[in-house]
Amino acid sequence: MRKNLKKLLTVGAIGLSFSALVHAKTELTMYYPVSVGGSLTKVVDSIVADFEQQNPDIDVNAIYAGNYNDARVKALAALNSGKPAQLSVMFSIDVHELMDLDAIVPFDEVISTPEEKTWLNSFHPALMENGLVDGKTYGIPFQRSTIVMYYNKDMFRAAGLDPEKAPSSWQELIDMGQKLTKKDSSGKVTQWGAMIPSTGYPYWMFGALTKEKGHKLMNQAGNKTYFDDPKAIAALEFWQDLGDKYQVIPKGTIEWGTLRQNFLEEKTAMMWHSTGNLTAVKNAAKFDFGVAMLPANVERGSPTGGGNFYLFKNATTEEKKAALELVKFMTSPEQAAKWSIQTGYMGISPAAYQTPELKEYVSSFPPAAVARDQLKFATAELSTHQSGRVRKLLDDAIQAVLNGQQSAEQALTSAQKQADRILSRYR
Amino acid sequence: MFKTYKAQAWLLLAPALILLVAFTYFPIGNTVWRSFFGFGVQMGDYLSDENYARLMEDTVFWKVLKNNLLYALVTVPASIVLALVMALWVNSKIAGQSFLRLSFFTPTMLPMISVANIWLLFYSPEIGLFNSVLESFGGSGINWLGDPDTALYSLMAMTIWKEAGFFMIFYLAALQTISPDLYKAARTENASAWYIFRRITFPLLMPTTLFVFVNALLNAFKLIDHLFILTKGGPNNATNLLLYYIYENSFSFFDTAYASALTVVLLLVLIIMALIQFGIIERRVHY
Amino acid sequence: MNKLFTACSSSVAWVFALLWVFPLLYAFWAAFHSAEYATSFQLFAPLEINNFIKAWDQAPFVRYMLNTFAISLLTLAGQLIVCTLAAYALARIAFRGRALIFSLIIMQLMVTPEILIVENYQTLAQLRLIDTYFAVAIPYMASAFGIFLLRQSFKSVPMDLENAAKLEGCNLLQIIWKVYVPLAKPTYVAYALVSISTHWNNFLWPLVATNTENSRPLTVGLSIFGAPESGVDWGVICAGTLISIGPLLVVFILFQRQFIQSFMHAGIK
Repeated sequence: MRKNLKKLLTVGAIGLSFSALVHAKTELTMYYPVSVGGSLTKVVDSIVADFEQQNPDIDVNAIYAGNYNDARVKALAALNSGKPAQLSVMFSIDVHELMDLDAIVPFDEVISTPEEKTWLNSFHPALMENGLVDGKTYGIPFQRSTIVMYYNKDMFRAAGLDPEKAPSSWQELIDMGQKLTKKDSSGKVTQWGAMIPSTGYPYWMFGALTKEKGHKLMNQAGNKTYFDDPKAIAALEFWQDLGDKYQVIPKGTIEWGTLRQNFLEEKTAMMWHSTGNLTAVKNAAKFDFGVAMLPANVERGSPTGGGNFYLFKNATTEEKKAALELVKFMTSPEQAAKWSIQTGYMGISPAAYQTPELKEYVSSFPPAAVARDQLKFATAELSTHQSGRVRKLLDDAIQAVLNGQQSAEQALTSAQKQADRILSRYR
Repeated sequence: MFKTYKAQAWLLLAPALILLVAFTYFPIGNTVWRSFFGFGVQMGDYLSDENYARLMEDTVFWKVLKNNLLYALVTVPASIVLALVMALWVNSKIAGQSFLRLSFFTPTMLPMISVANIWLLFYSPEIGLFNSVLESFGGSGINWLGDPDTALYSLMAMTIWKEAGFFMIFYLAALQTISPDLYKAARTENASAWYIFRRITFPLLMPTTLFVFVNALLNAFKLIDHLFILTKGGPNNATNLLLYYIYENSFSFFDTAYASALTVVLLLVLIIMALIQFGIIERRVHY
Repeated sequence: MNKLFTACSSSVAWVFALLWVFPLLYAFWAAFHSAEYATSFQLFAPLEINNFIKAWDQAPFVRYMLNTFAISLLTLAGQLIVCTLAAYALARIAFRGRALIFSLIIMQLMVTPEILIVENYQTLAQLRLIDTYFAVAIPYMASAFGIFLLRQSFKSVPMDLENAAKLEGCNLLQIIWKVYVPLAKPTYVAYALVSISTHWNNFLWPLVATNTENSRPLTVGLSIFGAPESGVDWGVICAGTLISIGPLLVVFILFQRQFIQSFMHAGIK
């Protein structure tokens, strides 16, 4: 009798633990930044909820972390806490730094089936540039953007310009900008032609100007920068001239945070800003506005921007597989379409633009296609080892020039020298 | 008499001492250690002055140090003077005393982050309040936070607004402990208000002034919350302050070794201030 | 002549006070109007609470308030215990090294936990305590200010009372609890108010010590809230700001006399 009881208990115990194992949920923690205004945490929550419904054995805790810098700091800090993250959305350009900290693994290591391989290659190539290192994919696009030019069609009409034709070249930017700049009787400007922000992410705006001159600011390996190339200097001088010489943009520093509001309050006819602002501008603009690609010099161009998914190294194989499922779900064409419509970020794959929702949205709201169409002129965003520090060098140089503290050549040469000193140990 | 055992003293002090060692003294030691032995996020095993050599050559560091000293130099006296004036007002027989007191003290109760958010709006060049007011008087707008020449001063103005009320309270307390007989005596001798202030009030407020001075000086180095909202140290480091630079290096650039070297500099500044406090207070204040 | 001077100085004081409180009034006004009115200052533009709804939607303010409340209370509780014990030892027990210990404690008035943010973060990360209330509170529990205040207070307690308690057979902890603590009540109240206001508004240390909404306080929440990449919406920012300063401000206005007396009391010492 006792023997039987013992057997029963043992079987029962094994059975219970087995079922516990089978029903054990994989728990994922994920950090993400929100970089457009609006209740995007709710959108993320609803996508995550859909995923959990379809995958009852995976529990996802999506944590809003602030801006890109905060997200990186917090995700890495979490690795040091009792509750590490298994994946996160972080700046596409953090890749070298994350690799140096040995924090991430490439997606190539986690995918196994041919479908997954296809999925890995299904995104716009331009968006993969920042995530590819040594031939492996470390970052999968999620909330990606490019810089676009928003313009006030009503103001164009008032100035006698064709509201469907935004400036397509630097010269047109100058000419049309001057026509759109209005002064009052005392000579004070009441309406600017354009605004290009020089706080927040000035290196990003600069990346557009240099691409338009046909120049790239760094190499793929992230250990060399080309800040002092004559083309880069010319690009920065152009930016400076827009304010000083041509008086199309305000002189000095233009604040990133208040730029959208300036545009909405019609203090400027044009603004260069992230496509991620699109939905917010659409909802708030009380005037007829349009969106255009950035003007060309030698060619058109804009850096890509935004956040990628990364997988952390310190996750178990199960967790990595679960994380992969989550990433695949959130980047699937349907979810990508939903995300793009609600935020203004780009559809990250050609397939996303083929979904009925996004097709319809784009046809009813053409500005949504501009960022996608500009992709063929896109370049990677500035990304190197010790990215934060190198970016700050360039940011400081740009601000010094725009504030008249240094000439473009001085500032960029000095920045290049300092960058070389930092990056030389990675060569 | 009951003998109190010395062992008990140590037991009573134990919690405080453990915490102090853990969060003040051990970190100080570790900071110095890391600044000499660390590189990036790792700790090496040989001593090198590489972090300090870098510090000497780092133009941003010198700018930051200069900024912080200038920042202290302006905000400390300004806050003290304003605090004193406000305390005198609140203490006098002006009508509406509690409104004055409330109005001056309220900024102190707000977190610096909220204050910064509000003032960010004021300082906005195109759409902000200050420029609108300026322009309605015919002036031209100033890029308060974006112009390297005005940015730091704009921060100072905001800080003084926030801090002066806090120091006012200490002056108020001290004013109320001054015996009214002194004033009566002075008045019978027909002393003017200014004379009374100069010869009676101010000297008696010396201890408070010193206390407020040290506090204000400490805050000038330790309170950097507003940078996160207003300028992040820009434009081009025009408003970068030492503790913010330390934060950037440690948490944005992951260079904890260099951040440690910077912290050592900050500690030296604070130690010098502490010595001044003990030196002067012990000698000039009590009589 | 004197009367004129007083009247002038009165009006100057009043104008100054109005200017001084103006920013807060402005934020208040801006929170209740939509963004464009905030910048074109149409004073009697329509009121709306849209900003509050949006702000409330965008960030878990209730959670942040709860966290801030918990952190402030935890900090205070720790401080009260640690500082009381230490203050008694320093005030009443003669032992070798007392002066040295006292100066070591006073040093902490200058070198606050934020100064050593790099190391303190590493310490808590290694203890795996990041993102807990405890992590935010613990570096502040040994408060030099608290120890200093309580020591002053305890020193003025008459020895007879302590002797009487000893005669009744109380041990040390009971003496502290029965004799010293009640007599120092005003100091405790004053200190509590100062501590709570300070820690309610603390930002830099909580910024690095917290990671998620689980422990994030209002100040950190507000800083994240106000800094999305695409830019700010003034009305919403002001609304969010008001929501976060609301609780403390309301309590302050209701109890301003006590608050101010507390700070004054602390200052005298």
